[in-house]
Amino acid sequence: MGRYVVRRLIQAIPVVLGATLLIHAVVFALPGSPAVARAGADGLPPGAAALLREHYRLGEPFLVQYGHYLAGLFRGDLGVTFAGVPVADLMAGRFQVTVNLVVTALVVEAVAGVGLGLYGALRYGGAQDALVLGVTLVLISVPALVTGFVLQLLLGVRLRQAGVGLFPVAGIAEGWRGYLLPGFVLAASSIAYLARLTRAGLLEALRAGYIRTAVAKGLSRRRVVGLHALRNMLIPLITYLGADLGTLMGGTVITETIFNLPGVGRQLADSIHLREQPVIVGTVTFLVLVYILANLVVDLLYAVLDPRIRHE
Amino acid sequence: MWKTPAPASPAGRPPGGGPLLAVENLHVEFVTRRGVVRAVNGVDCALNAGETLAVLGESGSGKTVTAQAIMGILDTPPARVTRGTIRLRGTDLLGLREEDRSRIRGSRIAMIFQDALSALNPVFTVGAQIGEMFRVHRGLSRRDAERRAVELMDRVRIPDARRRVHDYPHRFSGGMRQRVMIAMAIALDPEVLIADEPTTALDVTVQAQIMELLSELRRESGMGLILITHDLGVVADAADRVAVMYGGRIVENAPVHDIYRAPAHPYTKGLLESIPRAGGKGRALRAVEGSSPDPMAMPSGCVFHPRCSYRQDDCAAGEPPLHPIGPFRGSACHYWREVLHGSHG
Repeated sequence: MGRYVVRRLIQAIPVVLGATLLIHAVVFALPGSPAVARAGADGLPPGAAALLREHYRLGEPFLVQYGHYLAGLFRGDLGVTFAGVPVADLMAGRFQVTVNLVVTALVVEAVAGVGLGLYGALRYGGAQDALVLGVTLVLISVPALVTGFVLQLLLGVRLRQAGVGLFPVAGIAEGWRGYLLPGFVLAASSIAYLARLTRAGLLEALRAGYIRTAVAKGLSRRRVVGLHALRNMLIPLITYLGADLGTLMGGTVITETIFNLPGVGRQLADSIHLREQPVIVGTVTFLVLVYILANLVVDLLYAVLDPRIRHE
Repeated sequence: MWKTPAPASPAGRPPGGGPLLAVENLHVEFVTRRGVVRAVNGVDCALNAGETLAVLGESGSGKTVTAQAIMGILDTPPARVTRGTIRLRGTDLLGLREEDRSRIRGSRIAMIFQDALSALNPVFTVGAQIGEMFRVHRGLSRRDAERRAVELMDRVRIPDARRRVHDYPHRFSGGMRQRVMIAMAIALDPEVLIADEPTTALDVTVQAQIMELLSELRRESGMGLILITHDLGVVADAADRVAVMYGGRIVENAPVHDIYRAPAHPYTKGLLESIPRAGGKGRALRAVEGSSPDPMAMPSGCVFHPRCSYRQDDCAAGEPPLHPIGPFRGSACHYWREVLHGSHG
């Protein structure tokens, strides 16, 4: 087990290298100069552009820049923003917001997705099942940009005008309630996928031989479905939730921008506008690390959930 | 319709009269998109305590569906029992509420399935799965249930039961997994045990051990055993009586010795002639010509008539009843005398 974890972490190194190299290349290929982008409409004083270029090594070849970055990464240094703030410090302040948002989304996703899926499967072929399929189709089809703004208008503005102030229109000034709408918007399409996965999983599990055995043992339907079927379905569900953590992290870029949440995702969006190369690369590297760790945790959970899998 | 043949003597019957389990005129159909499939069409059979009844038939003959109807584990829908009664010591199981039925299921009638690997839940230990019988039906604590599971595993001769009770099904060999299934089925001392092709998925040597174990458990406990199989060798060794099924009906029902000595239905006779025999080297085996009937379009009259070498003109017209042709013996053939006395073929 311990050896397995170490091996997986070693395997993560080339993934991190590849991801950082790729994102460096993309940022390098962006047209325009970061120094000029920062100055805005007025332009830079003469000489300033050259100074900035030299200080941030913007003139050097791509691979040299990347080498400097990697050297810093090994020392635990994610680089410094153009304003002189270490990227690591910048992230620390924003990380909590993103964690709150993603955890909210995961909980919403797990509860709504599994709930909808089980409901549909247990009424397989009926009107309620068709309704579940219809709802998930809508959730998959409508992009977060649309659901975000529509819900902001309906729940954040209209509902608030009607006297129910549960959902703030944006920001985190009202604490946890500020995460409810963005959490749902972030999770929306994932809810649909999870619901369909759950529905198909339960339908398949109910056809399995061990379910027939469980019925033949004289167990109640509640025990047959809730214990014997559900316990076997957990494996694909946990896999999906783990992999989806990465999707949710990526989705924060849009959701945090729509709802004006000061998290890592909005930081990434802002830094792309400003061509803040160290921030872009640092943020993406960080997201890649979170994704790798989440997948490792999921793989370790397999061994707990499925006794046929052993990590040796 | 023919009923269980009146016994010549009351031997083999439990005191108080009536068999342990009596199935009468059972009809089961499946509603599918293509139409209604009549899987079981008027099955009558009876099982006495301590007796082994072999239900013999090819795939699709309705033997498993009959067993599932007795057990009450048909998938409804698409299946439905349209007619008939299933009495356990006189109580009609089909008339019970689901709640009462599930109390009987597993505790008074238990079942063993063909493929123990898929029939056991992969994510629970065998101890938990055996012990679940005691926890659910008897309200035992986890610790007591586990102790009983170890006793049962000893009883079905799984070596090192005390340690292996914590193992998962995939850690057992095929034969040992079937022993786990058996332990689970006999946990609550059922009166009827249904074994649906319990040895089909196993090696020949393991098959013999499992059959021996089942016979021994039946002798010790006095339960009735319904053995569903298509293996004539298993039938000869283990059964007291045989019910031969074809096209959803019982076509012949007889004590095992009678049926091997002189079959009274052309289908049974065909099956017996298809067995390879020692000393028969170089001689071609005989097969039953044709294939089993399409369940969506059963032949009229006798379901076997299109494949039958004793066929006469009236076979396609009237469905033959199960003629009582001797003590405990019946044949659903108009011409059973000719078949029995071999005056043809």
